[in-house]
Amino acid sequence: MGSEGVFVAPTLKDVLKQHKAHGRFITFIMNNPTIVIGGGLLLILVLMATFAPYLGTLDPTAVAPARRTRAPSIQNWFGTDPLGRDLYSRVLYGARVSLTVGFCVATLASFIGLAIGLVAGFVQWIDNTIMRVMDGMMSIPPILVAIALMAVTRGSVSNVVIAITIAEIPRVSRLVRGIVLTLREQPFIDGAIVSGTRTPMVILRHILPNTLAPLTVQATFICASAMIVESILSFIGAGTPSHIPSWGNIMSDGRALWQVKPYIVFFPAVFLSITVLAVNMLGDGLRDALDPRMAKKI
Amino acid sequence: MAKNGTPFRVVGLLKYILRRVLAAIPVMAVVSLFVFSLLFFAPGDPAALIAGDQATPDDIERVRTRLGLDRSFFTQFGDWLWRLAHGDLGNSLFTSLPVREMIAQRIEPTLSLMTLTLTLAVLTAVPLGVIAAWQVGTWIDRLIMVIAVFGFSVPGFVVGYASAYIFALELDWLPVQGYSSLSTGIWPWFKNLILPTVSLGFVYIALITRITRASMLEVLQQDYVRTAKAKGLGLGSILFIHAIKNAAVPIVTVIGIGFALLIGGAVVTESVFAVPGLGRLTVEAILRRDFPVIQGVVLMFSFAYVLVNLGIDILYILIDPRIRY
Repeated sequence: MGSEGVFVAPTLKDVLKQHKAHGRFITFIMNNPTIVIGGGLLLILVLMATFAPYLGTLDPTAVAPARRTRAPSIQNWFGTDPLGRDLYSRVLYGARVSLTVGFCVATLASFIGLAIGLVAGFVQWIDNTIMRVMDGMMSIPPILVAIALMAVTRGSVSNVVIAITIAEIPRVSRLVRGIVLTLREQPFIDGAIVSGTRTPMVILRHILPNTLAPLTVQATFICASAMIVESILSFIGAGTPSHIPSWGNIMSDGRALWQVKPYIVFFPAVFLSITVLAVNMLGDGLRDALDPRMAKKI
Repeated sequence: MAKNGTPFRVVGLLKYILRRVLAAIPVMAVVSLFVFSLLFFAPGDPAALIAGDQATPDDIERVRTRLGLDRSFFTQFGDWLWRLAHGDLGNSLFTSLPVREMIAQRIEPTLSLMTLTLTLAVLTAVPLGVIAAWQVGTWIDRLIMVIAVFGFSVPGFVVGYASAYIFALELDWLPVQGYSSLSTGIWPWFKNLILPTVSLGFVYIALITRITRASMLEVLQQDYVRTAKAKGLGLGSILFIHAIKNAAVPIVTVIGIGFALLIGGAVVTESVFAVPGLGRLTVEAILRRDFPVIQGVVLMFSFAYVLVNLGIDILYILIDPRIRY
């Protein structure tokens, strides 16, 4: 509200200062139990995946036909699979695949979607074309996009990441474009433009900081859905190659025997559910904390 | 209201519907292009495959020319679209049957499963969401929300295996797996579909419940709801007659968008419960790399998704006459 009608963007230093909430850290935890529970669970799972070799695991790919499909015991905590591999070790190592895929897809889809959304929101002549293509991609259910892409490539973890990322990009671009279009109508953007700020600076200083909160929230939900899609792809045999222990692959191995040996499917299923739950809780909490407007809507 | 000029209203309505239908065309074009590129860029040479093992390079060339596979991408795409418009989806590489026939054979179980799931989801999720919104902040609301978060997080096949283990193996109330056609009677058909429906519906119910609650929360703060309370209207009629009408648009929207979850879920659920539907067909086709079938199924599911959402766009007007068109 400049008295002369001149709008001056705050310098980056001032903006950052406001976000420096040192003393409020504890209050933040008290106010956001979902973030703490979800984040805590996720941290435990990440640690578990990272230090899997030191947590009493055996080689997750070591085949022992003599010891196949043993029920859980002191020797094999979660039992063994149809090839005699130790399920406890496989489930722990499997966390690596799910978490990697979830994290990579969330990051990649966010950055690419952000770029596409910014272009669509700022470059008017290409906006319509981009959005029609995105609409088209969005009308194919994400799992089918991933399945279709996996059908034409070799199964590998990086291909799974690429396939799921492509399936998720349209939603992110749409979100970012929506935010850009709303922001462009705001007086402070007009102010910045009138006072001579060039477009790249407007994007960097005004648009990007405003997309950060919703994008972070969206990224957590993408991470959760990517982990589910990965397990589904592996489960139906179109995902992570079968020699890599991933939760979907373990369940796929136990599928034929689930009526007699339900624990083979049970353990990876429980771990997958807990991981997705943790990420979803983190996302819900972040949304409530970072984006009260969106939180009210959903 | 009577002065609203009925002919104008009908013309406006038709214009709106036409605009929606036209807007769906570029979307379907993008879908077709994606699906066609899939086959075009798929590994393996279809000409070599069709020519057989004994074929010389010359034979393969001849087959390629005969099938028009040597032409440019867009010529082939146009050709493919032309055949598509005539209902020709090509033949399976594996069984040589027309893809259209294979889809037709498998459509009943999937259609049954989706219809039941949709019905179950709407009948449980909407009341749950309404109750949660009405009881906002109480333990009932919290409980419903906790269940909804779980519904989001537990993948469909986990629910499937867990429910099959409890209700089919341990309690022996329901069949473990399989499908019984509607032509064999309603009860066997229904009995076989109960578990798949519940496990497929879990995520969908969670999604609709959340949106219903959020949408109702907003509406329940409105003045006319207070007025309705003040004039002594019963709770049932406030919630389910006055409020829900105004909260309906986001709910209906999410039912349409969530249809994608049903399609993705069908692939998994049908595998878990050995239901011989389109989802199973997709999985079989992927394992055999039967590209025309994959193409056909993806195309059909996507078109169904577009059509469902087109229908919902049109439904908006019936629900909420205030919507401008």
